[in-house]
Amino acid sequence: MIVELGHFALILAFGVAIAQTIVPMVGAQKGWAGWMAMARPAAVVQVGLVAFSFAALTYAFVTSDFSLRLVVLNSHTDKPMLYKVTGVWGNHEGSLLLWVLILAAFGAAAAIWGQGLRDTLRARVLAVQASVGVAFYAFILFTSNPFTRLETPPFNGEDLNPLLQDPGLAFHPPFLYLGYVGLSMAFSFAVAALIEGRVDAAWGRWVRPWTLAAWLFLTVGIALGSWWAYYELGWGGFWFWDPVENASFMPWLIAAALLHSAIVVEKREALKSWTILLAILAFGFSLIGTFIVRSGVLTSVHAFANDPERGVYILGILVLFTGGALALYAVRAPAMQAKGVFGTVSRESALVANNLLLAVSCFVVFIGTIWPLVAEMAFDRKLSVGPPFFNAAFTPFVIALALILPLGALLPWKRGRAKALTPLWLVAVLALAVTGLVWAMQTGRSLAGPLGAGLGVWLVVASLVDLLTRTGRGPWGQRLGRLTRLPGADWGKALAHGGLGITIFGVAALTAWEQEAIEVLDVGDSLTLGRYEVVLEDVSRVQGPNYVSTLARMHVYEDGRDIGVLPAEKRVYPVARMPTTEAGIDNGFLRDVYAVIGDPQQGGGWAVRVYIKPFANWIWGGAIIMALGGMVSLLDRRYRVGVAQRRRPVSVAGVPAE
Amino acid sequence: MIGSEKVGMAMPYLRGFVIACALAGAAAAVQPDEVLDDPALEERARDLSQGLRCLVCRNESIDESNATIARDLRLLVRERLVAGDTDAEVVEFVVDRYGEYVLLNPPATGGNIILWAAPLALLLLGAGVAVAHVTRQKGGGEVLSAEEEARLAELLEERR
Repeated sequence: MIVELGHFALILAFGVAIAQTIVPMVGAQKGWAGWMAMARPAAVVQVGLVAFSFAALTYAFVTSDFSLRLVVLNSHTDKPMLYKVTGVWGNHEGSLLLWVLILAAFGAAAAIWGQGLRDTLRARVLAVQASVGVAFYAFILFTSNPFTRLETPPFNGEDLNPLLQDPGLAFHPPFLYLGYVGLSMAFSFAVAALIEGRVDAAWGRWVRPWTLAAWLFLTVGIALGSWWAYYELGWGGFWFWDPVENASFMPWLIAAALLHSAIVVEKREALKSWTILLAILAFGFSLIGTFIVRSGVLTSVHAFANDPERGVYILGILVLFTGGALALYAVRAPAMQAKGVFGTVSRESALVANNLLLAVSCFVVFIGTIWPLVAEMAFDRKLSVGPPFFNAAFTPFVIALALILPLGALLPWKRGRAKALTPLWLVAVLALAVTGLVWAMQTGRSLAGPLGAGLGVWLVVASLVDLLTRTGRGPWGQRLGRLTRLPGADWGKALAHGGLGITIFGVAALTAWEQEAIEVLDVGDSLTLGRYEVVLEDVSRVQGPNYVSTLARMHVYEDGRDIGVLPAEKRVYPVARMPTTEAGIDNGFLRDVYAVIGDPQQGGGWAVRVYIKPFANWIWGGAIIMALGGMVSLLDRRYRVGVAQRRRPVSVAGVPAE
Repeated sequence: MIGSEKVGMAMPYLRGFVIACALAGAAAAVQPDEVLDDPALEERARDLSQGLRCLVCRNESIDESNATIARDLRLLVRERLVAGDTDAEVVEFVVDRYGEYVLLNPPATGGNIILWAAPLALLLLGAGVAVAHVTRQKGGGEVLSAEEEARLAELLEERR
């Protein structure tokens, strides 16, 4: 019954979204206030309906209602409760429901907090947002209904893909969707502004927090996915340039560019039409990502629910929205006149360079991802584009971006002089010194390590310098005191830029200095790797809630000092008939020790692999700091106080006393 | 969609392989018995393996995959190296048998030149447009719209 109500609520939400698309849009064109006002309650009702629908599906999963096809395919009574809940979005239909829930939630948030917006702009934004919803409701209801019942329910389910039964991956999709869908907000604002024919500083100020929120969710989502791959896939890889990873990385890059160009619109009223274009592209890449993951056109490790028919539908949505918005853009963009002019040496120019590098690096990822398809269709060549291409083609952009970043951060708006960059000379000298030192210290070969260290120092120290210069002049004591009173945006900027430096260093260090040992060990044997000695203490079979495990206990010594026992597991999930690896990892600030148990060998003993992964945690640490920077910036009180606030009528003095 | 039909036909076929690779993913890739005694040769073998694709997996190199064919290819690479082949000869040997699909790094030949050159071309084009925009925008000036003029007048009026 509850399931049917959920289904019904979803259909109602579909109807509300249709009304919300048409009525406010017509109202805004005609100037009918009543019709425009319909958008806000509609947005709130819509999210209520979808939330109910989502709750109904969650209920079916939690109670293991095996009359529901989706529950049978993705759940099992023995599954821990956490994964019964996360199983709701661990599949195509359920994840789409989460998609529309977030879409509706963003729409409602804009309706609730959008009081300061012009009535016409708000009505149009909510209408465009609802139109995206209409397309996805139709997609769910007509091709991917999560509420399909089975005539003869089985006794138990087929269990969730065991790879998804993991805390890291359980929360990876919701964050990604928050990011993908969050960009729909920027898209709606862009299209609404195009229809309205007006982009001003207030528009930039409205778009930026939404983009920032989407970007920060994407950052967390991507970091979670990468961290999961690191500890779960059994050899500590953290990025594979897999089509699905690229699908999330492309919107991230464009969102990062949009974030920066929206600042230029907000502060200087320049780069308007470019910013609009980025907003359209950002959501366009989100849709491309959805298409890649769900169509199966580009097969990858973790594409789920591959279905060409659904792919065609998503392609239709993609073409309709991106194509429509771009056509509108072509007609309307020339009318967007920039107001602020800026000199060649200025922060605006640096941000233009930032945007160029981010956009082209996104294009590198895009062309590499789709090239196998293009090559097959156009040149009849079956080929692969893998990590070697991306590493070679993408890395130069990262380096260029990291090099110019501090310059842009320190240059003043409008017209800058090279004098503003004086403090950076010291930082540059320091970064070069570190590069040289690391080069001299490491044992030959790789350029990646020293370069990563140099760039890391350059970004982190320059961010600190940036913060200090913001405190103005005067005695150091006073300046440090002022540091705590700097606006959130300044802190956010420094954190995000510093975090990027830390991530770049982590990636470079791990790639350059990883050590590995692969050996056959009998129980009681040991192997030596660098300063570490690893003893295979015992191997036993363990029964988990819904799996059986081969558990190896490996005792690790660092320079003879005992640093504990690492449990390395190899699990088999009998219902899903899939094995997984649970590496034994000793997390450290400077290095991880990463131990994996392999197969028993014919001549006795076990295959054992041990890795030393230097600075591994810095990769995700940096990403978390970046996201934190986004959050601090988002909490800047200037967003809440006086944001495009309506002029309130002067209150009448002297209210009569009761 | 040209691609979708093919994918549709390939699905059952692919599904089988995905299971094979997932099984592979659970164990270690390079097995202890494969490792060569000569560390320099082994190092070259690992580098080469990372650039060769496991034919039955989704986007995994033979160095990462534990599918049987990946193991066969790893052994083949090592065999050729021990026989004294150069790196280029080993790659050529593998490509002759399995096609350029095994190369994770697409060679910049024929149509692939577009793949390698397009980012650079776009960067130059974008840089040109950006430079033109930045240097040309001088005359723009800060002009107020009629509406803003009215608002300005209103504000000045309030001041008075």
